[in-house]
Amino acid sequence: MSEKTLMAGNIAIAEGAILAGCQAYFGYPITPQNELLEHMSKRMPEEGRVFVQTESELSAINMVYGAAASGCRAMTSTSSPGFSLQQEGISYMAGAEIPAVVVNVMRGGPGLGDIGGAQGDYFQATKGGGHGDYNIITLAPASVQEMMDLAMLAFELADKYRNPVALLPDGFLGQAVEPVTMRQPVTEFPDKPWAITGAVGRPKNIINSFAMDPVDYRPRVELLRQKLIKIKRNEVRYEGIALDDASLIIVAYGSAFRSAMTAMKMAREEGFKIGIFRPITLFPFPVKPLSDLSQKTRRFLVVELSFGQLIEDVRLSLGTGAQVELANQFGGVPISADEILEAIERIMK
Amino acid sequence: MAQINNKELETLLGLRPESMEEHPFHFCPGCGHGLVFRLVAEVIDELKIKERAICVASIGCSVNSYEYFNFDGLESAHGRAPAVATAIKRCHPHLVPFTYQGDGDLAAIGTAEIVHACTRGENITTIFVNNAIYGMTGGQMAPTTLTGMYSTSTPAGRKPSLAGYPIRVCEMLSTLEGTAYVARVAVHSPASVRKAKQAIKLAFRTQLAGLGMSLVEVLSPCPTNWRVEPIKAMDWLAENMLAHYPLGEYKVIEAVAALQKEVSHA
Repeated sequence: MSEKTLMAGNIAIAEGAILAGCQAYFGYPITPQNELLEHMSKRMPEEGRVFVQTESELSAINMVYGAAASGCRAMTSTSSPGFSLQQEGISYMAGAEIPAVVVNVMRGGPGLGDIGGAQGDYFQATKGGGHGDYNIITLAPASVQEMMDLAMLAFELADKYRNPVALLPDGFLGQAVEPVTMRQPVTEFPDKPWAITGAVGRPKNIINSFAMDPVDYRPRVELLRQKLIKIKRNEVRYEGIALDDASLIIVAYGSAFRSAMTAMKMAREEGFKIGIFRPITLFPFPVKPLSDLSQKTRRFLVVELSFGQLIEDVRLSLGTGAQVELANQFGGVPISADEILEAIERIMK
Repeated sequence: MAQINNKELETLLGLRPESMEEHPFHFCPGCGHGLVFRLVAEVIDELKIKERAICVASIGCSVNSYEYFNFDGLESAHGRAPAVATAIKRCHPHLVPFTYQGDGDLAAIGTAEIVHACTRGENITTIFVNNAIYGMTGGQMAPTTLTGMYSTSTPAGRKPSLAGYPIRVCEMLSTLEGTAYVARVAVHSPASVRKAKQAIKLAFRTQLAGLGMSLVEVLSPCPTNWRVEPIKAMDWLAENMLAHYPLGEYKVIEAVAALQKEVSHA
């Protein structure tokens, strides 16, 4: 059996990034992700890699752009208000096809909000978030182990598609401490002939997201569209739990999923046949796997830490035939298993 | 007789630096950008760093910078070029990234990025073109627009009571400990163009010697948006800009001064 290490979620992301070969980290302090930045300030220099504490999240995301454009695996981490500032840079990176990883340890909002965990940035992460036509691959971990594993996957997918990838845990997961099995460091990296590394023995490389003439820009955006179609086809990830006999399926991600797991056990003890569907990729959303489940049952309960953002994708996936209910919290407050159980009882009676 | 193509001929005759693309400028007649691009390209040729140079372009009339240079380049978001260049230099210390920014980009939307690149003493170079106006968007007030000066967004002239004062970038940035070389030059006369080139060259040599942040502000004409003829724009610059933006070296740390002596001996 492999050895396990007790680790906080934010630290697991940092270590996952280092294992994945992240060569440059740029960040600005914001709660509840500070441990990640602090850990990187120690670990990156130890590894002989780049760490810069920046003057703002704007600067951080643009440093990520510079580092990634020059061929390095690069990352920033932030929490919700900082993620808003970074939308500009994310849009530029999507437009210029620059692979990078952005971690948003979500907190309560809108505005300055609070430092509790929340999932109110779901739309912002999965629907583009910045200006223009694009999406970023969005990964939602639900355990400290997954904070590490999905951080590593994020770098792989970013390089594979030359697209920004967001890791979207909530503040509760960032602070959670759980045992983690350490992974092997990544040793093979893709070539990046497009990167700006100095024009030695090749024509110059240019990285931009601009054309003077719309006639020239349109074909580039068409390529982005084709890429997103490919991502939707190839990269859907999800987990199904106790779906076989389920007469009500909970849909949840992140720490809301953890509360839902407890609620499911309580409900099954009461005789309710509950299953859980957990999207791991929020973009691409697992539309087909979820719609296939509507053959088994027509009753769904969405559990999320926001007004009702995930539920929109669930409804779009299921169409009009299904009954889709919501049990939620927001504003930085966790949802308890009891609250979810109450919703289950209400629906099942 | 051996055939010789235009590009080779131009290089041979010193008409076109090797670091300059054979690409038409999109600038208006009499614009100063063409001069500044050429000076940068000449300096990069002379320092033999074409294979290490990275042009970090900005937003404004400088937006297409990388099209005119014959080496790697990228576009950064408005004002963020110093952050982008910082990362490139930190990740690849052997590369020679420089930002090419206008006054709106550097002195308005990008003030945080330039101030902090300077205060961190990033080993990068910034070419800052100050023409006291937003050129690309059609002549609105820039942070460097002179008091009383007409722009399309100060139709009665810039009034400090409404729109504040024109910002002096070199004076401000030279107070920061991380800057190694800060100079203001102009390109309104043959003599000033020669001096501008010396400053740009010293700025790049500062980076090559690893001495810290180097910045050259270049006062440059914008006849279209100043609404004067190209030749008169050169006089307009001398008559109106030099009083508020005095030319000269604002920061030369000792190690850079030593480099400077080598230049004058050369």
